[in-house]
Amino acid sequence: MATKVHMEALSPTMEEGQLVRWLKAEGDSIANGDIIAEIETDKATMELVARGEGILRKVLLGEGGTAPVGEVIAVIAGADEEIGELVGAAGDSPEPVADSPVSADGPKSARGPTTPGSPVASAPAEDPPTATVGEAAQVGAESEEAGLPDQGGERLKASPLARRLAEENGVDLRTVPGSGPGGRIVVRDVEAAKVGAGAAVPPATVGTTEAQPWHPGVPSEPGVDFEDLPLSQMRKTIAKRLVESLSPVPHFFLRITVDMTRTLAARKRVNALLEAQGDKVSINDFVLKSVAGALGRHPEANAQWMGDAVRRHYRVHLGVAVAVEDGLITPVIRDANQKGLAQISREIRELAGRGREKKLQPEEYTGSTFSVSNLGMFGIHEFTGVINPPEASILAVGAIEETPVAEDGQVVVRPLMKVTMSCDHRVIDGATGARFLQTLKEMLEEPAAILV
Amino acid sequence: MPELTYREALNEALLEEMERDDCVFLMGEEVAEYDGAYKVSKGLLDRFGDLRVVDTPISELGFAGLSVGAAMVGLRPVVEFMTFNFSVLALDQVLHSAAKMLYMSGGQFNIPMVFRGPTGAALQLAAQHSQALESWYAHAPGIKVVAPGTPADAKGLLKSAIRDDDPVVVMEGELLYNIRGEVPEGEHLVPLGLADLKREGDDVSIITHGKMVHLALQAAGRLQREGVEAEVLDLRSLRPLDVEAVLASVRKTNRAIYLEEGWPYAGIGAQLVATIQEEAFDHLDAPVLRVTQADVPMPYAKNLEQLAKPNVERVVDACRRVLYRD
Repeated sequence: MATKVHMEALSPTMEEGQLVRWLKAEGDSIANGDIIAEIETDKATMELVARGEGILRKVLLGEGGTAPVGEVIAVIAGADEEIGELVGAAGDSPEPVADSPVSADGPKSARGPTTPGSPVASAPAEDPPTATVGEAAQVGAESEEAGLPDQGGERLKASPLARRLAEENGVDLRTVPGSGPGGRIVVRDVEAAKVGAGAAVPPATVGTTEAQPWHPGVPSEPGVDFEDLPLSQMRKTIAKRLVESLSPVPHFFLRITVDMTRTLAARKRVNALLEAQGDKVSINDFVLKSVAGALGRHPEANAQWMGDAVRRHYRVHLGVAVAVEDGLITPVIRDANQKGLAQISREIRELAGRGREKKLQPEEYTGSTFSVSNLGMFGIHEFTGVINPPEASILAVGAIEETPVAEDGQVVVRPLMKVTMSCDHRVIDGATGARFLQTLKEMLEEPAAILV
Repeated sequence: MPELTYREALNEALLEEMERDDCVFLMGEEVAEYDGAYKVSKGLLDRFGDLRVVDTPISELGFAGLSVGAAMVGLRPVVEFMTFNFSVLALDQVLHSAAKMLYMSGGQFNIPMVFRGPTGAALQLAAQHSQALESWYAHAPGIKVVAPGTPADAKGLLKSAIRDDDPVVVMEGELLYNIRGEVPEGEHLVPLGLADLKREGDDVSIITHGKMVHLALQAAGRLQREGVEAEVLDLRSLRPLDVEAVLASVRKTNRAIYLEEGWPYAGIGAQLVATIQEEAFDHLDAPVLRVTQADVPMPYAKNLEQLAKPNVERVVDACRRVLYRD
């Protein structure tokens, strides 16, 4: 019996996935459980497993192509089984895809771009003038997704004002990507195109620069004023999640300065002990350990906004923001308040390493109750973090800086570190956050407190 | 400028107009001895006597018809409906007599009268007593309809309505009677058919009337924190409609929402959407959206009533959507 291969939800927040690589080709035989493709989710690159057996008869999503969760991306069936209907329905084409000119280009162009990473540029540009109805419909569907209006004669969607403005300014709407619902061209798109029209290269060819690495300030071609970098799944999720946070969450910020003299000294002693095992801990490990300890004492700061309740957590799961190539990910140290300094240190190193390789499993980056972000290694004095809902707080940690301070009437130099706590006021009030920070400061200024 | 409640402003308008013209009289249930169900006619019986401030039986059709007759022979009746929910009992006289008389008498009889009272929901009065029926009256040619949202507009519109030579329906709000605002003393007339810009902004037009003006202003305040400047246009007059003010606002912001307390189906907002798309199509960057009461009889349960009524979040959300910011 034929099996449809769907784009599966491979992370809890995944809405669409990008096909990185097919590990099986059309014609290969497939056993139930075989890994058949690699999919980039919003968080990581995951393996897609076959849920049926037979021959991989038809691939419907090309490498580099994107499909929403639930969409059919391939068909597994017996060697002689009739699959025209399945394939046709999946491709939303009136004719079975096998009979349309699209299939002549090979599986990659049946859906998704022929050039990985440049979905915008390739599809309309390669649209042959003799497109069949079936193909035109497909190209239309795809370009709508990519934000470009269709060039194959299908209806072009633009707001009345956008149409008028385009006409007045001589902007060809067919070259303007629409940012409104369903790819509707709205006035801001025409205005952007007006600016872009100053460049010698039309927007469609600017799209070809997308696949190239980002070298700030160095245009890939002379005369190009800007380039649109395609959104990775991770960038889309970051954008969505952070807008969801900052608009509805009433943030406020608490800042405290910590004298790190004793933590620095303690780290030195701890590392001397660990040296024999070839291990060592960082200042950030001390921060994480102390945050976990302070949260254990202040569960009111280890809380979440649930809409109709405030959830107070008694287990401390620390999310630690880790920069990765094209974004960030927050692996979670579970029950961090129950773990020793060296264990926290090893765990976060291991998780961060796999995070950078996009190898984390969903359960390794979800379920945190409190997050910590440290930009001290970049020399950032102090900053504020954006809360990752439904968490109610994030702690932003700055660099340790030698700072002159007045002490008993004398100016002395102390290594000071500023930490800033972003709080969701629905959950945490000023005094609640302040008490937590006070405990954190005490623990970092007297690391022996970790032992208590 | 003195600060009055909406209730006091209406009372002042009635008092001033009854002093100015002794053809003006007030009629309705409990308007005299009891000073009005909502105390709008407080003190008028003592001042003008029971020939000009007349208590009626519970008989909306009867006293509305009697008033139309009085108007035909030159008096200027002001009919109070305890609420507009009860006005439907008198609809035959309003729709068939008051609204048609000038036309069907070949111009012999004009009907200089006012039907007034509260419209819209208050709190937990259930389905029959929580209706906003503005569109029912605005639907028919031959009647003018106004819905003041502030004390100053309440006074100015009621005075103009009483002086107008055609039937005017003045739709107030139970939850508006206690709000306070500056009200010009003496001769303060707000012309019928003139909208008022309650807040200027360049980004989106929130067009509304009556009690919803206050919700619109709250939403505009919220949007300002997101960097969006919303314009709040209070129609004040639902018929005749200040089309020019609506179009000017839409031409400026290129996007609009209509906020009203009534139901969406064939509501005032539906009329506005039609007008805007006919007259300002090329100025629109987004469809015109409406925020209204849910299309259901008003639930009695408090939580469901809250869900059925328009609220700030829904207004803000609609504005974000026409701004493509969602």
